[in-house]
Amino acid sequence: MFNILSNTFLLGLYSLLWGFPFPLIFALILNEVRNRKFKKIVQTISYLPHFLSTVVVVGLIQLFLSPTFGFVNQIIERMGFEKIVFLQKASFFRTIYISSDIWQGLGWNAIIYMAALSNIDPNLYEASMIDGTGRFKKLIYITLPSISPTIITLLLLSMGTILSVGFEKTYLLQNPAILSKADVIQTYVWRQGLQRGNFSYGTAVGLFNSVINLFFLVISNSLARKFSETSLW
Amino acid sequence: MNRNKQFSISILLIYVALIIVMVIILFPLLHVTAVSFSGSKYIYMNSITIYPKGFNIEMYKIVFKDPKIFNSYKNTIYYVVLGTFLSLAVTSTAAYSLSKKKLIFRNKFMGLIIVTMFFSGGMIPTFLTVKNIGLYNTWAVVLPGLVNSWYLILMRSFFEAFPCEIEESGKLDGLNDIGTFWFLVLPVSKAVLATIGLFYAVGLWNSYYMPFIYLNSSSKFPLQVILRSMLESGQGLDGGTRNADQPVILESLKYATIIVSVIPIIVVYPFLQKYFVTGVMIGSIKG
Repeated sequence: MFNILSNTFLLGLYSLLWGFPFPLIFALILNEVRNRKFKKIVQTISYLPHFLSTVVVVGLIQLFLSPTFGFVNQIIERMGFEKIVFLQKASFFRTIYISSDIWQGLGWNAIIYMAALSNIDPNLYEASMIDGTGRFKKLIYITLPSISPTIITLLLLSMGTILSVGFEKTYLLQNPAILSKADVIQTYVWRQGLQRGNFSYGTAVGLFNSVINLFFLVISNSLARKFSETSLW
Repeated sequence: MNRNKQFSISILLIYVALIIVMVIILFPLLHVTAVSFSGSKYIYMNSITIYPKGFNIEMYKIVFKDPKIFNSYKNTIYYVVLGTFLSLAVTSTAAYSLSKKKLIFRNKFMGLIIVTMFFSGGMIPTFLTVKNIGLYNTWAVVLPGLVNSWYLILMRSFFEAFPCEIEESGKLDGLNDIGTFWFLVLPVSKAVLATIGLFYAVGLWNSYYMPFIYLNSSSKFPLQVILRSMLESGQGLDGGTRNADQPVILESLKYATIIVSVIPIIVVYPFLQKYFVTGVMIGSIKG
């Protein structure tokens, strides 16, 4: 049980640490593009993976990492290394889970930053143009301070969901060989409750998870209210 | 001069970075498409990148002839049409009534709806409830997820912004509340209905959890469940059996089935994209 709790917590924590910065950086880079058409194309392409189902994304992972015809293993073999059965190695689970999450959510999660960036008063940039400020200085002194409330709010709120790792993707990515790292509360509840029929035990674990999630969310929400004006309620 | 040069280098780096991002996002989809159209000889040689070699549509013939896949496709379309229709009907009527200040217990209802976004009984109690009501293996794919609180709030804020003069003119013409909603409000809300409807439809198309938990007869399985079992079936074949053509066909069948299940999403994507950014923004400001 302790192992499952720490798996859930670590998966959530690493998802936040790795997953949080990428959409922000992406939005900041995209914001520098002045060519509207190019910007539109990049946005359109980057939102697309968000609409693919979890089964398809996990399917893509399985096909790409497959030891027989998978693209990744072809490259590994061509470079003269041994093939790796990625999905059977517990140590790769979190990396695979998180990097595919970033792939799928990069554009979608950047939408809110793009909106915040478009709300920055253009006068600020004009004033800095007269002062001859460079691109990098504008980023540090105008752009980042202007959108920092959005960043802080989103960061705090996603800290509130750190233990609510979803069932679907974890279940689809796991297999008996990697349960030591890939088993999280949700899949444990499913296995205990629905597969083995321990309804009351499964319910207890699930409720425990729900209560902890709510606790995390209430704390992060009150922090968000304290440090920035926005909050969930 | 110096400043000018620096300027162009940084903008060049930005463009290069974004092009790399686009390639990373698109490559998996292009590669899978390419493999699904390629001849087994080339898949064998592992020489396919983003364009097909030895172009053929054999795999797609097998996929469309497979009675299991065909049946699951039919099931999915049925769930999507039925589910989207019911979800829109319930969400729009609920959102409209909750947007009216004169509704009694308005804030209490809203509170109950919002609580579900942050706290749930969990998997097992929900499962037992669904089963005891008698939805298991029948309506459970559609009904438990009928209303998405997020979309409800989105629609409610749309209706709140609706000009009340139009509704008052309806009252003067002797329409009751239901008449006003049906004849005056709905016809001008087509855009928001289309947006939310598309979101519900994509959600139902992609849903795996609900049918996985709540269905047990394989004739009712939707596409995602069948796709999953197909993707899994080849797992045991990894390594060893390279002499026959069998594993190659099995493997490229997977590629083709993925494409077949993604095509409808790609087709509605332009319509989705037109609306969703505004949708997300309304939600984040007023939600």
